[in-house]
Amino acid sequence: MSTSTETIEDLATREYKYGFVTDVESETIPKGLSEDVVRLISQKKGEPEWLLDWRLKAYRLWLTMKEPTWQNVHYDPINYQDIAYYSAPKKKKALNSLDEVDPEVRATFNKLGIPLEEQMLLAGVAVDAVFDSVSVATTFREKLASVGIIFMSFSDAVREHPELVRKYLGSVVPHTDNFFAALNSAVFSDGSFVYIPKGVRCPMELSTYFRINAKDTGQFERTLIVADEGSFVSYLEGCTAPMRDENQLHAAVVELVAHDDATIKYSTIQNWYPGDKNGKGGIYNFVTKRGLCEGRGSKITWTQVETGSAITWKYPGCILKGDNSIGEFYSVATTNNRQQADTGTKMVHLGKNTRSTIVSKGISAGFGQNTYRGLVRVGKNAKNARNYSQCDSLLIGDKCGAHTFPYLEIRNTSARVEHEASTSKIGEDQIFYCRQRGLTTEDAVNMIVSGFCKEVFRELPMEFAVEAQKLLSISLEGSVG
Amino acid sequence: MLIIKNLQVRAEGKEILKGIDLTVNAGEVHAIMGPNGSGKSTLARAISGHPEYEVTGGEILYNGADLLDMDPDERAREGVFMAFQYPVEIAGVNNAYFLKAAVNAKRKHLGLPEYDAMEFMQLIKEKSKLLEIDQSMLSRAVNEGFSGGEKKRNEIFQMALLEPKLAVLDETDSGLDIDALKIVANGVNAMRSPERAAIVVTHYQRLLDYIVPDFVHVLSGGRIVKSGGKELALELEQKGYGWIEAA
Repeated sequence: MSTSTETIEDLATREYKYGFVTDVESETIPKGLSEDVVRLISQKKGEPEWLLDWRLKAYRLWLTMKEPTWQNVHYDPINYQDIAYYSAPKKKKALNSLDEVDPEVRATFNKLGIPLEEQMLLAGVAVDAVFDSVSVATTFREKLASVGIIFMSFSDAVREHPELVRKYLGSVVPHTDNFFAALNSAVFSDGSFVYIPKGVRCPMELSTYFRINAKDTGQFERTLIVADEGSFVSYLEGCTAPMRDENQLHAAVVELVAHDDATIKYSTIQNWYPGDKNGKGGIYNFVTKRGLCEGRGSKITWTQVETGSAITWKYPGCILKGDNSIGEFYSVATTNNRQQADTGTKMVHLGKNTRSTIVSKGISAGFGQNTYRGLVRVGKNAKNARNYSQCDSLLIGDKCGAHTFPYLEIRNTSARVEHEASTSKIGEDQIFYCRQRGLTTEDAVNMIVSGFCKEVFRELPMEFAVEAQKLLSISLEGSVG
Repeated sequence: MLIIKNLQVRAEGKEILKGIDLTVNAGEVHAIMGPNGSGKSTLARAISGHPEYEVTGGEILYNGADLLDMDPDERAREGVFMAFQYPVEIAGVNNAYFLKAAVNAKRKHLGLPEYDAMEFMQLIKEKSKLLEIDQSMLSRAVNEGFSGGEKKRNEIFQMALLEPKLAVLDETDSGLDIDALKIVANGVNAMRSPERAAIVVTHYQRLLDYIVPDFVHVLSGGRIVKSGGKELALELEQKGYGWIEAA
């Protein structure tokens, strides 16, 4: 076994592939947070008065809030005065087309494998790329606009569709929701906005790519997706960051609203820098994501593949308000080395005949700690609500951990709630079996892990399923020796 | 093809094989028999490189190369196949997909072009008839929910696809009814050729009615205590293992 152990060690020391830093001139405001900083951000973005007021209200509330400590993760206190809350690549003038995007920024996106023009031409994926705090370019905007779809950066939406933004902003995740949501509401800098009009099936996958480049900055983006009656949209989000020794904070908010018979599929491939193998550096990914199934027969599906971040702390949830609405949550969360994840979902059944499905797959390797935390709440008027939850944990090695905390709050006796959970260790016998058939240890682990995650991967759009599988194998490299 | 010299193996802290000498030439089928705990399966697992079986002494030469210096997957790609006594389940991994990965790993190693999905399905179609493998077994997860007989048939099916030079069958007959036994034996016999060799580990003589060995070796207490032709198996059947142990 000696030779195979060596190659595994080589792989383990291979570095985070997306850890490069792009040298662009950026405009970053001084570190620290105060009312003046909130005003400055709003002013830089040329925001209307109502939005500034909204931010200030959130900021003032945030000052009175305490950082939550109930989650099963451990980190040193964050100094909120030591973060710069706004950073943007300096631009000379307003951009008219993709060609005018800073070549360095574009080169970065190319390195990440998302060449913007190729995306436009070949993949049929519309991309909104967020670099540090501002949205760099939104491809495909015209084509989508021809069917009435609005897909643009949050700042543009504030300018061009203030009535829509004002109507829905904070309607699912109010600024009062939690500590990080309040912080985000005060200082959010950009993000994506999507509106799908009545009866329109979005003709392509919409995608946002987030990247934190500048040092000591946080990324506080906000995504708002509204699907009007009978519409359909599939939205993808991907994330990377350079390697830095300091921890960087990412506190985003995502709000989804699905009206009658509308469907929103929201898929995330999260690969923020996880820190080195001793746990130095890495992103703190503290995110609030929630979808409101507003209308009858609406449906929201969250699919997430979480391979990155030093700490992941998020619970994409659904509020099933409309009768016959459906919420789904499919998740793969991986923790290797010193990574920690406390993730899961909240399914809140309010309407009649509402259904929810939860499939959570946690993979722990190295010293990784993986926690599933899920809430299923059935309100007293939610007749015939149904939930099925399945939480499986896979352990690789004997120094990692998996934890499951399901919470059930049932206030209607007609509810049917099922919960299944399993924990298994990736078996030496499974690996040996694969090796006896000629597969390398690495291929064996990848195959066993992807088999374990199958139910989640098949929810992802095809090309992203392939990417997710690759990412997973990279993030688990060196986990079996 | 295979030369084993003074092989000593430990497992779970115990010395199990205490010096095995065995030579297997191409074209031959050797049966390894013996009472429970005599070390039969240990020998099979040591040949395939199972990590829980530690070789403490002796050597194994495979076509002139030091087999013990190779990783288990390297041995497999070089043509050593072991049919498991207890085939392992792999949830969520499609059986046909698994087989294709295995066959292509070997082809790549041999410098042959890898099969694409169409070519592979064609190959599967040919080989699955022989072992009465039906399509549902191919689309299910590897060994998951398979009956004991299906698992063993799946092992021999993998062997047929991988076309090993040296096949080691570890108690493949255990838990098989007579019909399944015949199917498995047909699969093994179809593989017999002057270029290939097989080591058949079994507790009972019954399997050897269908896979007729050239040589029979009897293991007891971690050593080969008696070797002979196929008639030795019949003699054992009549007299029982006590006969050997007393000798």
